[in-house]
Amino acid sequence: MKMVIAYIRHEAFEPIRAELLVLGFPSMSVSEVKGSGRQKGITERYRGAQLTNYLRPKVKIECAIAGRDVRTVVDTILKHARTGGVGDGKVFVLPVEEAYRVRTGESGEEILQLHSEAAKEV
Amino acid sequence: MTILGAANAVDTGDTAWMLVATAMVLLMTPALGLFYAGLVRSKNTLNTFMMCIAAISVAVVTWAVVGYSLAFDGTAKIIGGLDHVLLNGVGFEPRDGTTIPHLVFFAFQATFCIITTALVSGAVVERMRFGPFLVFSALWSVLVYAVLAHWAFGGGWLAAQGTLDFAGGVPVEMGSGFSALAAALVVGARKDYGRQALLPHNAMFVLLGAGLLWFGWFGFNGGSGFNTGNNSVLAFTNTLLTPSCTLAVWAILDAIRGRQVTAVGAATAIIVGCVAITPAGGFISPAWAMVLGALAAVPSYGVLVWRTRTRIDETLDVLAAHGIAGFTGIVFIGFFAEMQWNGIADGLFYGDAGQLGSQLVAGVAAPVYAFAVTYGLLRLIGAVMPLRGPDDHEAVGMDIIHHGEEAYATGEGALLIGADYTPPEKVAVGDRT
Repeated sequence: MKMVIAYIRHEAFEPIRAELLVLGFPSMSVSEVKGSGRQKGITERYRGAQLTNYLRPKVKIECAIAGRDVRTVVDTILKHARTGGVGDGKVFVLPVEEAYRVRTGESGEEILQLHSEAAKEV
Repeated sequence: MTILGAANAVDTGDTAWMLVATAMVLLMTPALGLFYAGLVRSKNTLNTFMMCIAAISVAVVTWAVVGYSLAFDGTAKIIGGLDHVLLNGVGFEPRDGTTIPHLVFFAFQATFCIITTALVSGAVVERMRFGPFLVFSALWSVLVYAVLAHWAFGGGWLAAQGTLDFAGGVPVEMGSGFSALAAALVVGARKDYGRQALLPHNAMFVLLGAGLLWFGWFGFNGGSGFNTGNNSVLAFTNTLLTPSCTLAVWAILDAIRGRQVTAVGAATAIIVGCVAITPAGGFISPAWAMVLGALAAVPSYGVLVWRTRTRIDETLDVLAAHGIAGFTGIVFIGFFAEMQWNGIADGLFYGDAGQLGSQLVAGVAAPVYAFAVTYGLLRLIGAVMPLRGPDDHEAVGMDIIHHGEEAYATGEGALLIGADYTPPEKVAVGDRT
């Protein structure tokens, strides 16, 4: 079991979500985050005060999946998130010790199976 | 427009009202900014509002320099003269046919030019560059607004052939609505249009903006008689009646279509109602004004629903809310104008079918002119400077790209740039902590 954590541009999120849904990965957590990297800061001006902000808004996706699906999910993210410019983001893959489904108490990799009908239910 | 006798002196009561009405109409432009800003995504809030604020500056300057003269100097068929350029001959003496000083008349008409110019921005928000928009609005306020204002208000050919337009169904509403359609077609859809949900970021602003617009509209319609006489009083009260009825019918249409009455829909209904009564305000009875309000909801609602299913990204539906509702109001006069109430003309329903003909001429001529000139004008500007930035500018948002500000800045992570500031770019990447 793996946890894929991706920091991406806002505009990349929608295509990634749409394709993951079609591929059978409807489950994810999404948060709006701010972070800094090599991407240039934004210069702003308010009433004569000039300032630079290096914290740029990004979207963070967290997605727990079975080990064999890592390639599919990561490739999907890379495909849509890449513009070739500085600031496209990062993807991390972390090991997951155990997973439980709250509703039933089941555990193990089975609860992270592909849900191939997901797109049809939306 | 009221026709007055030979005694043409300044009336203090009329002038007092017109001074207030002018300020009320000016308020409508920031109110429109609020309405529009609420409808866009948060990253484009300031840019959207700024297009309205910029229109105040741009349109007042062009209006004072040449627009007013072209609209209101003389009664030539197509376009006015140049005798009032830079307010030449515009002073304290009453404007012909009114009892208010010429200067007040100028200022009141200027606020109309401002709001109309600002209205068109609704078609191109969230992607048009700020600079080209300024150029466009300056030229548009003269080439489209001043010309249509001359036709309908200044004694041009539409007024001469009998078109009744109390407060601007021709230049303001159809002028902005059909120009907006042309602008949307030339500038093109937003990058994410039709692929992602592009939602209003603050429906509160939309409602507040609509409410303030309605307030200002009492000056807009109530002042368009340039006095405190019967037509003005009628238009004032009709401005209360019509939008209320539009609101009721819109709510019903909303409920039928989606089982819920939406807030953004209600705000839109207020605008549609105010627009519909704009041309008809001083010409139809209060009871017919209520019917107009109920009726006007239907075509505008229909066009709004239809438009969102097309690839035409006329973003804030200026066509549905202004163009179509303005057309409805203009044509409605042709049926239900009533001499008993307006002292000027009857419509078809009261025995004069010719009035309907005069109204239909305006209902065709104004949209065609507005659409064609705006289309050509934007094509021309587009040939000289790009109307849009690259896709990533649209992704970051117009606020940061064009204004260097954010509507909802938190200040988190912001470094003040002072005299002894060393830009972090000069630090080697590996040394950063």
